[in-house]
Amino acid sequence: MQKLGKQTIKFDTPPTITEVASIVGPKEANGPLAKYFDQCLEDEFWGEKTWEKSESKIIKETVNLAISKSGIPNNDIEYCFAGDLLNQCISSSFGLRGLNIPFLGIFGACSTFVEGLSLGAIIIEACAKHVLCAASSHFCSAEKQFRFPLELGNQRPPTSQWTVTGAGAAVLSKTGNGPFITHITSGKIIDMGIKDSNNMGAAMAPAALDTLLCHFNDTGRSPSYYDVILTGDLGHVGKEILTELALEKGYNIKSNYNDCGVLIFDKEKQDTHAGGSGCGCCATVFSGYFFKQFKERKIKRILLIATGALMNSTSSQQGESIPGIAHAVSIEL
Amino acid sequence: MDWLQNIEWMSLIKSFVVGGLICVIGQILIDKTKLTPARILVLFVTTGAILGGLGIYQYLVDFAGAGATVPLTGFGNNLAKGAIKAVKEYGIIGAFTGGVTAAAGGISAAVFFGYIASLISKPKMKKQ
Repeated sequence: MQKLGKQTIKFDTPPTITEVASIVGPKEANGPLAKYFDQCLEDEFWGEKTWEKSESKIIKETVNLAISKSGIPNNDIEYCFAGDLLNQCISSSFGLRGLNIPFLGIFGACSTFVEGLSLGAIIIEACAKHVLCAASSHFCSAEKQFRFPLELGNQRPPTSQWTVTGAGAAVLSKTGNGPFITHITSGKIIDMGIKDSNNMGAAMAPAALDTLLCHFNDTGRSPSYYDVILTGDLGHVGKEILTELALEKGYNIKSNYNDCGVLIFDKEKQDTHAGGSGCGCCATVFSGYFFKQFKERKIKRILLIATGALMNSTSSQQGESIPGIAHAVSIEL
Repeated sequence: MDWLQNIEWMSLIKSFVVGGLICVIGQILIDKTKLTPARILVLFVTTGAILGGLGIYQYLVDFAGAGATVPLTGFGNNLAKGAIKAVKEYGIIGAFTGGVTAAAGGISAAVFFGYIASLISKPKMKKQ
């Protein structure tokens, strides 16, 4: 691999995304992308006693599904990168404790899936043959941890986003027919001083912009190179902000830019306010919808920029602003 | 059908309108400000306590009855009223004991029914 510019890595033998899997909750099952997911759950507990257990089960089953769909024996998968939103990433570590694959837990808030893909691609280029990447989130467990207990029944303000219940997993391999991870651009932490945890799109948009500009600078590419530029979970509010910010910097991304948080729910029918968010958002939308678009050769180049808000409930209560981050992977056929 | 004739329709309407207006204030605060729901609840209690302490809230209670006492501002008013009454009876120590004494019924009922509700129900995902 080779370093391009400040923040981008170009792979000499780009790793293939061999197979993906996605499992989503009931709300996502009523959304416009429902038919693309491998499995839609009927209720948010999935037979478990708590939401946390349910989330662990979701990531566990998603990972198992990705492995079995790929046809690669469990023993041949050398590393697993996974993460989620819950404190100390318990969904991943509890869900995957029986996996028996060397496990590297990661936290990048909602950017976790792409952080996993980036690290997975690097380790494949370095030494491994097969690597697993996964991320999950759950509306109820996230709401409970980051905002208020659901039992309180409080209302959500109009700018708030809806944490996606679901998990996405991808198996990366050294050889294969693509789609390939050709470049990664790892983002810097960008904090513009936004403090409202009900307006994460606005908090993360500047980070997405920074990574976007950096990617274009480092690679010499322009927005039109990609069929789709896809951000993770900026939602309706953040999507508009990023479009405007990019235009100010001289990049018109209007025609081929979209956001997973916008795509996963129907804003009018589902009343999800500003759209979807969470680690599961871009993990399921990519694994569900866009991977199939690659397989059907309807798209050939995606720049996937997953965005994350790196706060926790204590930092919010102490009045801290929300540091944003965005990691990009260039996925091409 | 005697009970139907005995209903004071006018006071029903008054309490509905006043109670509703207090809730409208809360709704506006949720939609238009960045205040969290928890802060709005605290704001309502303290506003009720201040208005109660100044003797203003009583006019609203006289006018609208339950429309003024049931919303959280009514709880604040109750705390203030209780504290003032206890100070008159027992001296300054009443400022510490009176409020909670006056609100004891509401607090105990909240704990009791909250506990019962937690036994017989399960939290669910929001609809919106």
